[in-house]
Amino acid sequence: MQERAEAGSGTGDRRARGAILVALGLRLLGAGPLLILALLVVGVALWTPNFLKPGNLSNIAAQTAVIAIVAMGQQLVILTRGIDLSVGANLALATVIGGLMFRAVDSGPLVILAMLATGALVGAVNGIVYVYGRLPHPFIITLATLSVCRGLALALAINHTTMRGMPEAITRLGDGATLGLPNSFFVVLAVAAALFVMSRAMVWGRWLYAVGGDPNAAVEMGIPVKGMLVSTYIVSGLCAGIGAVVLAGRTAAGSPLYGNLLELDTIAAVIIGGASFLGGRGHLGHALVGALMIGVIRNALNLQNVAVFYQMIAIGVILVVAVEADVLRNHLEARARVLQSARGQ
Amino acid sequence: MNAPVLEVRGAEKHFGAVHALRNVSVEVRRGEVLALLGDNGAGKSTLVKCISGVHPLDAGEILLDGKPTSIHSPAAARRAGIETVYQDLALFDNLTPAQNFYCGREIAGPGWLPRPLRFLNGRAMEREAAAVIDRLKVRLPKFDAPVARMSGGQRQAIAVARATVFVRKVVILDEPTAALGVRESRRVLDLIRQLCAEGNALILITHNIEQVIELADRAVVLRQGRKVGELKPDRGTQQQLVSLIVGADASPGPPSRDGTAD
Repeated sequence: MQERAEAGSGTGDRRARGAILVALGLRLLGAGPLLILALLVVGVALWTPNFLKPGNLSNIAAQTAVIAIVAMGQQLVILTRGIDLSVGANLALATVIGGLMFRAVDSGPLVILAMLATGALVGAVNGIVYVYGRLPHPFIITLATLSVCRGLALALAINHTTMRGMPEAITRLGDGATLGLPNSFFVVLAVAAALFVMSRAMVWGRWLYAVGGDPNAAVEMGIPVKGMLVSTYIVSGLCAGIGAVVLAGRTAAGSPLYGNLLELDTIAAVIIGGASFLGGRGHLGHALVGALMIGVIRNALNLQNVAVFYQMIAIGVILVVAVEADVLRNHLEARARVLQSARGQ
Repeated sequence: MNAPVLEVRGAEKHFGAVHALRNVSVEVRRGEVLALLGDNGAGKSTLVKCISGVHPLDAGEILLDGKPTSIHSPAAARRAGIETVYQDLALFDNLTPAQNFYCGREIAGPGWLPRPLRFLNGRAMEREAAAVIDRLKVRLPKFDAPVARMSGGQRQAIAVARATVFVRKVVILDEPTAALGVRESRRVLDLIRQLCAEGNALILITHNIEQVIELADRAVVLRQGRKVGELKPDRGTQQQLVSLIVGADASPGPPSRDGTAD
């Protein structure tokens, strides 16, 4: 390789320019999602004057809160090269269990606890069956729990449909506001802060990235990979439970119909936000940026009275673009590595 | 001659119908490089994986400093003072060199919390890792970049350097130069010599007879799960080593094929 590097100043120059271009491309892709979000906000603001009104902005925050919370859990699962398809159905089941609990006792804490426990329990089932059932991929088990949870939610809900009524503590959490900001926004902040500490400052988080980066190496380095995977699915389920509290609070109801296609929204948020499906790459910021992008696009199309099916098409198209950006980033990193080893000689 | 720091006695290992190790005994002393030779499938990797805790032995025992030791997991092996540099390096591409160094045994606290919930002391880990990188004269382009961006030689050096941080008894190196060019190999071999000079026992798996002659104090040859020879590698025994590996002298009986049939 050294011979080639020294073959002539012409190729040397070209190589140096190539390295700069590759580095620039990587930098750009890294900043991409945030840049696109900023452009999106500016574009939408010019297109729809109502967009920047405080009322509308807090509207976006409230509507995006559920996607953002559940997407952060999904982000952690995707970091481990997994996927959690059950989050939407899990959320619906949790609101139904919460609704039933409310009919038994009118206690905010108890209803919240019931919803969180439901979410975490479904997550535990996902993780345990995936790991100890030796499934090749979490796709199947989370698809199965999606079906079971949705069916269970429909079966358990009174009259098999939406149940009105939630404790006041929960409606305040989902629908109220503090200092002019929706309370659900603060819930997002709290979840983000907790998960940030877990994933960045704690040993658990380092192991999470290790398991996602190279599961075999993680075993060889003595990391409890099975325990890590199970706990990650529990955290994702817990996030679905928190999302259930927020949604049940906003609508003052529990419903087996909630969270429809939420798994797609959250996966889209994570990928659009710039995380990688290849594992070990990405952070909570990606989930938040992605969730906001989806929220802004939905809101803008709503304000412009564009039909819902066009929103679905738009998000699908953006998803493909985001995945391609990930592919391009991996390609550029491979280039950077080749250039690096040529220079390292 | 000092006492062996690691001793394997009568190791047996089956994988289904495959008899991967048959009554294999080896030992290695401090400051010594033991080469483990053999053709593909001879049992070198299996033996090493048993020593490093990836596979349990079916029969036989492992002694560390003369004491029988149960090595039931990679973590247990590392706690016992055995470090392994795997052929695939077991590096995390998405982590920096310092994060790689401490992955699985992070410096973190406080001690009363369960390990996963402890808080990382990133600064201490960076400092220690940088000191080791310096001491071993490993040249890295950027210390805070993920190792995905680094060349094969740099990655190999990081994996070897990681072993040196924690090793107290034995370092096992599985094909440490297989993927490297001449110059990068040279650097890694220098590292190996330095490790040895620091009083560690080394087990080196390689196909490269030249390297064995250059580095190893003793060579153990495996074939079809059996130990078929042990000798001091030098120019005079080179031919003998090669014929032991390929089984050309046919001394330990006819080569049986039952082990590889399925």
